[in-house]
Amino acid sequence: MAGLLEIRNVSLRFGGVRALSNVSLAVGKGELFSVIGPNGAGKTSLVNCISGRYRPTEGHVVYKGQDITRRPPADRARIGIGRTFQNLALFQHMSVLDNIMVGRHHLLANNFITGSLYWLTGARAEELTHRRRVEEIIDFLDLQPVRKAQAGTLSYGLRKRVELARAMAIEPELILLDEPMAGMNLEEKEDMARYIVDLNEEFGMTVIMIEHDMGVVMDISSRVAVLDFGKKIAEGVPGEVMANAHVRAAYLGEVDPVLADPDDVPLAEAGA
Amino acid sequence: MATHSLIPAGEYKTSYAADTTIFPTVTSRNAAILALILVACAPLVFDRYILSLMIQIGYLSIAALGLNILVGFTGQISIGHAAFFGFGAFSSAWLNNVHGIPVFFAIPLAGLMTTAAGLIFGLPAARLKGLYLAIATLAAQYILQDFFARASWFSGGVAGTVAYPFSIFGYAFDTDARYFYVVLSYMVLCFVLATNLMRSRDGRALVAVRDHYLSAEMMGINLTKYRTLSFGISAFFAGIGGALYAHYLQFVSVEGFTILFSIQFLGMIIIGGLGSIMGTILGTIFMVLLPEAMEWLTSSLAGGAIDRALSLKNNISYLREMAIGAVIVLFLMFEPDGLAHRWKQIKAYWKLYPFAH
Ligand SMILES: Nc1ncnc2c1ncn2[C@@H]1O[C@H](COP(=O)(O)OP(=O)(O)O)[C@@H](O)[C@H]1O
Ligand SMILES: [Mg+2]
Repeated sequence: MAGLLEIRNVSLRFGGVRALSNVSLAVGKGELFSVIGPNGAGKTSLVNCISGRYRPTEGHVVYKGQDITRRPPADRARIGIGRTFQNLALFQHMSVLDNIMVGRHHLLANNFITGSLYWLTGARAEELTHRRRVEEIIDFLDLQPVRKAQAGTLSYGLRKRVELARAMAIEPELILLDEPMAGMNLEEKEDMARYIVDLNEEFGMTVIMIEHDMGVVMDISSRVAVLDFGKKIAEGVPGEVMANAHVRAAYLGEVDPVLADPDDVPLAEAGA
Repeated sequence: MATHSLIPAGEYKTSYAADTTIFPTVTSRNAAILALILVACAPLVFDRYILSLMIQIGYLSIAALGLNILVGFTGQISIGHAAFFGFGAFSSAWLNNVHGIPVFFAIPLAGLMTTAAGLIFGLPAARLKGLYLAIATLAAQYILQDFFARASWFSGGVAGTVAYPFSIFGYAFDTDARYFYVVLSYMVLCFVLATNLMRSRDGRALVAVRDHYLSAEMMGINLTKYRTLSFGISAFFAGIGGALYAHYLQFVSVEGFTILFSIQFLGMIIIGGLGSIMGTILGTIFMVLLPEAMEWLTSSLAGGAIDRALSLKNNISYLREMAIGAVIVLFLMFEPDGLAHRWKQIKAYWKLYPFAH
């Protein structure tokens, strides 16, 4: 497994809050890597550090051997990193089709001048070529019936799927999915899990996924890392991680036999 | 906005090319061409007064289109648009008067000069948003207004400047009936350019910045670039509109380009529909015709029974201003999505007629 992404000793502080403390991770090419942990554990912060939204207070993010810690977020698409957001982040007033087309921004060559001249400059031809590619993504995610609908009018589950489509349109090597199944019903979750597996296996994208549904995580992940209060408390294949006592304490609310302090309230609330 | 489109059953798109046209159906395209031909016949039918209103609608709608790209499509704000309109007017006159560049070329060059001004005054947009950006554009309004008054080498100072008529090979477009075609051509050109922009890469990027700037950034869109660019594009159309205005009136004075005028531009796009190209035209028509309608109404009131009963007399012109204000407020309350939205509903109604509701 060649290291595609390496997180090296990343810490992130917001004033007094330590969102991440000295986290290190390595994700290999072709992995489906999950990050789990209770709410407020720092999972989204970690994804934000990778996607350039946050700059770690300390440490480095290395992608394909390059230090990208300080490169601006708008560079990520070009170097091959795409993401979805925990809270819906679609372009509400655009059609589904246009939302996905925006994902191809860095692959398109026309600018505001050549775009305005449309027929004379090849902008039209370019639009059509990329439209074809976008339609493939629409077919893959079964979005045909809503391709012309305004994104803001869709159901929650569909919007999550459109967000995935838009991130796919970037044609990233590494895709970051922040709670792609949150708020979905069972059927939608099953569909989404299947799409993510296909994304990983058929499209060859390396996936880093944050997810709360342990069943799905254990089923489809190649490896799992667990965050708790900003610290990585475990990492490994799903079976190992599930057996880890710290994880059971942090995530499932059991008392940690190593850290247990008789006066301490169990961490159940944090894991809710 | 309705999620289902009201394209008649049986109109199937058989290629992506057919699905990316400006007009959704052949019928709607033909209707637009027919409307354009009818408008082009206006000088044969209408008198000077109506033609002058149509010319006004023409150059104002081009400038309003620029503002709609900035405010409606990119989600920024400007309360200095009239200053850019003025900058275009003076630039074109200056290029022609001082540098001897024919008006034919001076108009597009004035558009480019105004673009440069727009890019400079748009730089704060990289860092400022909302009310703070509004205040920065207010500064642009006053700085440019002050510049017009002081830079007499450029604007003729307080005396203003003459602008010669548009001409091609010695044929001067110096009457309303002739100049009408100059404005109409520019209007078609500008609206086609803007429509193309909005259905290609950078136009989508502008809307993406408006709708969700964080995810736009993840799609590789450089926020600073597009926020500033939007000011440049907006100023380009303002400059073209201003230049057309200059060579129509054939005189440009420094007094015309006030903040009040800037706010009227905002009125046009809000009433027409933010983020709607078609709405820009409708809103401009509304804002040009409303004072005329009110003028007509108040002058027909003058000397009548109501006038005498309320002893309005000289106050009748204030009544006109108040009525304009009231209509705009009512409009915003009851038609917040603008005329473009109403227009869509009317079209939908006729498509379903007689089975509506
Ligand atoms: N922009 C921010 N400003 C201040 N605190 C933040 C910010 N983003 C995250 N945090 C804090 O960092 C911690 C981790 O948050 P987050 O990464 O969103 O957790 P998770 O995604 O695991 O639920 C929380 O305590 C949160 O309040
Ligand atoms: Mg989170």
